Amino acid sequence: MTINLKVWRQKNNADKGRLETYVVKDVSPDMSFLEMFDVLNERLITEGKEPIAFDHDCREGICGMCSMFINGRPHGPKQGITTCQLHMRSFNDGDTVVVEPWRAAAFPVIKDLVVNRSAFDRVISAGGFVSVNTGNAKDANNILIPKPDADDAFNAAACIGCGACVAACKNSSAMLFVSAKVSQFALLPQGQVERAERVEKMVAQMDEEGFGNCTNTGACEAECPKSISLENIARMNREYLSAKLLANKK
Amino acid sequence: MSKESFLESTIGRKMVMALTGLFLISFLVVHVSINACIFLNDGGKTFNVASHFMSHNPVIRVLEIGLFIGFILHIYMSVKLTMKNNKARPVKYQVVDGKANSKWYSRSMGILGSLLLLFLVVHLGNFWVPTKQAIFNGQQHNTFDSMKNIFSLDNWYFIAIYLLGVISLSYHLLHGFQSAFQSLGLNHRKYSPLIHQVGIWFSIIVPLLFALMPISMAFGIIR
Repeated sequence: MTINLKVWRQKNNADKGRLETYVVKDVSPDMSFLEMFDVLNERLITEGKEPIAFDHDCREGICGMCSMFINGRPHGPKQGITTCQLHMRSFNDGDTVVVEPWRAAAFPVIKDLVVNRSAFDRVISAGGFVSVNTGNAKDANNILIPKPDADDAFNAAACIGCGACVAACKNSSAMLFVSAKVSQFALLPQGQVERAERVEKMVAQMDEEGFGNCTNTGACEAECPKSISLENIARMNREYLSAKLLANKK
Repeated sequence: MSKESFLESTIGRKMVMALTGLFLISFLVVHVSINACIFLNDGGKTFNVASHFMSHNPVIRVLEIGLFIGFILHIYMSVKLTMKNNKARPVKYQVVDGKANSKWYSRSMGILGSLLLLFLVVHLGNFWVPTKQAIFNGQQHNTFDSMKNIFSLDNWYFIAIYLLGVISLSYHLLHGFQSAFQSLGLNHRKYSPLIHQVGIWFSIIVPLLFALMPISMAFGIIR
């Protein structure tokens, strides 16, 4: 099949950037979307042109590295998958496909389709951790956790931090990401020590990074490759309110 | 900055939006209930008693001030939040497929709210200002009669503005009702489906009742 690609090319952060058209011929329907980019890049290299820079790592849908805003949606037209798990059989012969980087003030473009997602790392280091006792490792089942709580915590922890929620949100809000990271600890006994402190610091960092405000459109949940639930955002709102109300210090 | 004050935070501001929104929703319940008295079709007798109570009772007077504060806070916070949202994506996408992941009215709350504000200016000019003038000058004021005067087919543009107002209200509520609960953290597997259902019915029934008022008066069903 033949795909008419319109790809965002941007030399560096200072460059304005523009969409450029590439016709990719002999695309196999079994190729992944990223493999199609590999084929195109090989051609560009042999032609002596600059290949398209894009993020990718495990190509198994679990690392959260690949991005790409494909035809107006993060990770393309399919639900619950990352771009590396998107295959060309999801498109038709002769389709025009527009590919852009994640767009957010907090995710500056480094080059072409690669954006800097360090803002997420800074949100995590603000409070996304637990204190652990030194000494020998404890027996796995020493701390009892109700199965439903463990399931909810696990579902929140499934977040791979790819940034699709920010990319999909009309306000570039990072609430789904931050709420998943807050929830996975707030639900478990190990996360109780820093519980109030954590949510306050992570939300403050999120705001400082310049992400927008949540307006509950639900776009993040619909586009999340790991189907992280909006329930996490409500939980974070509760956690934040009680942390602010009950904090016994300035 | 490792922490920030509640009202500077995105979550704190959203909670102000939610609380003022729910307060304005409670006002809608009172407003639609009292206005629905015109459907008794008793020449506005019951309605005028109720509206006289609303415009003269001292407790309601105090609540009226609260209502204005509620509106101002709701609008002020929405402007604050929107300004930050606009800054959060300085370079826009070339292609966005919004309908694939969210409802158009959820993405258009600012536009719907602005339409509502424009409607509100006309609406206050039609009823609130003349009532206040009458009270100030110590004159009698018949709200039912002024309703009949304003909602005649000759004033078709008023009826059009009112219908546009209630349609905006309906879609604003369709998102806002359930969104307020989510912002306050009230998301529960047992109760949220109920909240969503109530929200949908509320956003249909209340605007529909409001819409029927100018229509039924213009066509002489209510005299």
